[in-house]
Amino acid sequence: MNLSAEMLIQLIILLPLAAAAGVLVMHRHPNIREAISLTIAVSVFILVYTLYQQIISGQTAMVTWTTILPGLSISFKTEALSVLFALIASFLWIVTTLYAIGYMRSHEEQNQTRFYTFFAISIAAVMAIAFSENLFTLFIFYEVLTLATYPLVTHAGTEKAQQGGRTYLRILLGTSIVFFLPALIGTWAIAGNLSFTVGGVFADDTPSLWLAVLLVMFVFGIGKAAMMPFHRWLPAAMVAPTPVSALLHAVAVVKAGVFTLMKTVVFIFGMDNVGELITTDFLLYLAAFTILASSLIAMRQDNLKARLAYSTISQLAYISLGVLLATEAGLIGSSMHIAMHAFGKITLFFCAGAILVVSHKTEISQMAGLGRKMPITMIAFFIASLSIIGLPPTGGSWSKYYLLLGTLETEHWVLMAVLMISSLLNIAYLLPIPIRGFFPGKQATSQAGDAPEKIQEAPLPALIAIIITTLGCLVLFFYPQPLFELAKMVGVAS
Amino acid sequence: MLDHLPILQVIVPLLAAPACLLLNKPRISWLFACFAAVISLLISAALLNQVQHSGVISYMLGGWEAPWGIEYRIDLLSAYVLLIVSAIGTIVLLAANTGIRNEIDEDKQSLFYVLYLLCMAGLLGIVATGDIFNVFVFLEISSLATYALVAFGRDRRALLTAYQYLIVGTIGATFLLMGIGLLYSLTGTLNMQDIANRLPLVSETSTAYTAFVFMIVGVALKLALFPLHLWLPNTYTYAPSIVTAFLAATATKVAIYLLIRLHFSIFGDDFGGGVIQTVFIALGLLSVFVASTVAIKQPNIKRLFAYSSVAQIGYMIIGIGIGTSLGLQGTLLHLFNHALMKGALFLALAAVVYRIGSTDRACFNGLAKHMPWTMAAVVIAGLSLIGVPLTVGFISKWYLVLASLQSGLWPVALLIVIGSLLAVYYVWTLVESAYFGKADPSLNSASSPPIKEAPLGLLIPLWILVLANVYFGIDTRLPLEASAQAANMLMGAGQ
Repeated sequence: MNLSAEMLIQLIILLPLAAAAGVLVMHRHPNIREAISLTIAVSVFILVYTLYQQIISGQTAMVTWTTILPGLSISFKTEALSVLFALIASFLWIVTTLYAIGYMRSHEEQNQTRFYTFFAISIAAVMAIAFSENLFTLFIFYEVLTLATYPLVTHAGTEKAQQGGRTYLRILLGTSIVFFLPALIGTWAIAGNLSFTVGGVFADDTPSLWLAVLLVMFVFGIGKAAMMPFHRWLPAAMVAPTPVSALLHAVAVVKAGVFTLMKTVVFIFGMDNVGELITTDFLLYLAAFTILASSLIAMRQDNLKARLAYSTISQLAYISLGVLLATEAGLIGSSMHIAMHAFGKITLFFCAGAILVVSHKTEISQMAGLGRKMPITMIAFFIASLSIIGLPPTGGSWSKYYLLLGTLETEHWVLMAVLMISSLLNIAYLLPIPIRGFFPGKQATSQAGDAPEKIQEAPLPALIAIIITTLGCLVLFFYPQPLFELAKMVGVAS
Repeated sequence: MLDHLPILQVIVPLLAAPACLLLNKPRISWLFACFAAVISLLISAALLNQVQHSGVISYMLGGWEAPWGIEYRIDLLSAYVLLIVSAIGTIVLLAANTGIRNEIDEDKQSLFYVLYLLCMAGLLGIVATGDIFNVFVFLEISSLATYALVAFGRDRRALLTAYQYLIVGTIGATFLLMGIGLLYSLTGTLNMQDIANRLPLVSETSTAYTAFVFMIVGVALKLALFPLHLWLPNTYTYAPSIVTAFLAATATKVAIYLLIRLHFSIFGDDFGGGVIQTVFIALGLLSVFVASTVAIKQPNIKRLFAYSSVAQIGYMIIGIGIGTSLGLQGTLLHLFNHALMKGALFLALAAVVYRIGSTDRACFNGLAKHMPWTMAAVVIAGLSLIGVPLTVGFISKWYLVLASLQSGLWPVALLIVIGSLLAVYYVWTLVESAYFGKADPSLNSASSPPIKEAPLGLLIPLWILVLANVYFGIDTRLPLEASAQAANMLMGAGQ
């Protein structure tokens, strides 16, 4: 079968929708329903991989669906960053589906069909975001993603879930309508063009004050990047079932946010422009503040998912910071961190879900001694934590290295110090969990001692998923080249 | 037959009205009225097609040559507005059979259709005619019908409101008539084309200025331009919901049409040295901000959207005030788009009234569970009202913003965007209470039957409008082309 690249892009976006339809039709047969999800997830990944091979060999493709106004169209295009993002999202979709099968069944969640349907729609939106040819298309699917994930956030249907869903919608829709859309219109009014263009769309004589204001509006408007003070939706979204938190709120949705930011900085403003704007420093220090503040908040969270959520906010700010540095090293670091953090954080969430399913524990203080019961889960947790912190032998060390390099090159000593301190904070809030899991203090032993310790891991599909992503963290340390090359193409293109 | 389309456009609903009276059975009257409305919709579509292909249609009533006889003149602008009025009029009428069942006594329902058709005939007549006195006549026909339609409202306050509206409307019409009289004394003709030709010779006289001001004020009253909008919220609130949907989507649009006609075709856009442009922009912005702010606090949702209508009219006036071809196109697009979104919103409210009997904010708490389709329609039409991409609202706001930027009026562009944020606020509070609010237990007690989804008779027309909101937000060719041509024609005529 020999498909053209145009065809591939459309298939990648439409196949998840087909999965959604298939899931709906087969709602009476859970096994067939999950088989559909899994098959389509695998096929989407294969298609994205084919695109990856094409982009490596230098081919690009573009397809336009409809032109709404002259110059304003819904179109898609392949490009290095798009493929990078799509590769990660589609691969992790497979793993998450696998995990979800184990998790949702053993947790006896209600409305599983609705869950898989909206999950697939969200993936379709993510793929459309990844391949957007212009900011307008990206904006539309960005909003679609918000709406499609909302039923997943409120899945439990409890008072707390409703509350979380409200915050989620309020902040994400609010920022995009108050900042993002006006910024988009402003860009169009000034540049007359919203297509992602190498070097940016603005003419050289555009007053830099306008650009400076627009940049701030974009950074605040892209609420999915969770830059403070618009980060509250992410902890709020943690009421969702764990697979949702894992794929969407550690990978797809939040990465869609930083991806949008990268696209905007690199292809709308142009890296050279961003480096010179007067507001860039302000935004850099805001990102640094976000990194530190959310790490500090994370330390005080006893609920595991809440701690991971604040850790995500902090790691997202790393990526935003790398982009705003507007250097090649910063960009490479950010692009790679999208992947590295994805693998690390999804593993952590998988573990959190496994612990919940097996031992019904959500608070960290209850997890002492858990390593004896769930050794594989806890080892996975440990390795993933290393990746988030940025220590070898895990993939996270590469991206953090490039980010540090970026701050060095631009002589932002304060930012460099922030990155270092934050790594220490990461150690402080992540590593105690597996360590106390294996080596509980005396007190904890006496508490847990009344039950005989027996190894009891998560359901097999979930366990396989955990192992795959953990191996991913390790493999990315030894073989980062494909990622690195893609990331480098993003840097070079600009 | 095809030659007579311009007059048939008006005659069909005008003659169908008394026929409805003779039928005197609600259901049959409704079917007949729908039949007449569909025919007039087909006629307006044919007219637009004809004008786009072969230019302006001039029709001499009774074969008498203008300026002695009355001329019906269909150019791109009138064909475009005719299509909007007849299309929305028809769709709303489709919903009327179900919509008025609980709101109007059975023995008066035939009368309702009579008045509805009369009103529609009047509105179509205003747009179709090329004779300014004829405009006044049709304006009175439609207004008188409207007063009676408003008085149908179940609430006793509807009577008082109709009376208020009658007084204000008559004052407006009187202003217009005085203006017409002054123009006649200056130019000796009532044919708009003739007036436009002769006016430049006498345009510096104070009589011409007086006529201009009188007519603008008269029309501004009719279209509820701030600060002459005070009649509108009451009227929209207490009129039967179907009537509100019809009026919101058509009557104010025709008044805007009249303003454009007067301003661009008769007086010319540079009349009075462009002062009026600044006034329009200022009043338009004031409309947007004052009305939107007031809307936020309204405890009654019908009144909320009535104020929102005043705000949207403000946007259209801003487009006229910008005075470029692009600005005018923005106004014309918003004319079309606002008809779609407000038609949908008020029909949705009609569905709520049908099931609950009230549009108080408290009734909306948790309503999405009971009426999912109706509330989904409110969400989509609300998004359109805000101006979210892929809905029609985005297209017109986009053009208005671009037009103001193109003319260097970037504060105006900024204010348009900020004004939309107010819409975000009032739409969101409504959506929030519908989807997340807790139903008041007293409203849905065990003794009363549970609230059900609205009947199909209302849902189908409602969703036609909702889908149109999305369809024309994606496939923009029809309104874009027609409005661009009309705007270019008007600007060409003015220069």
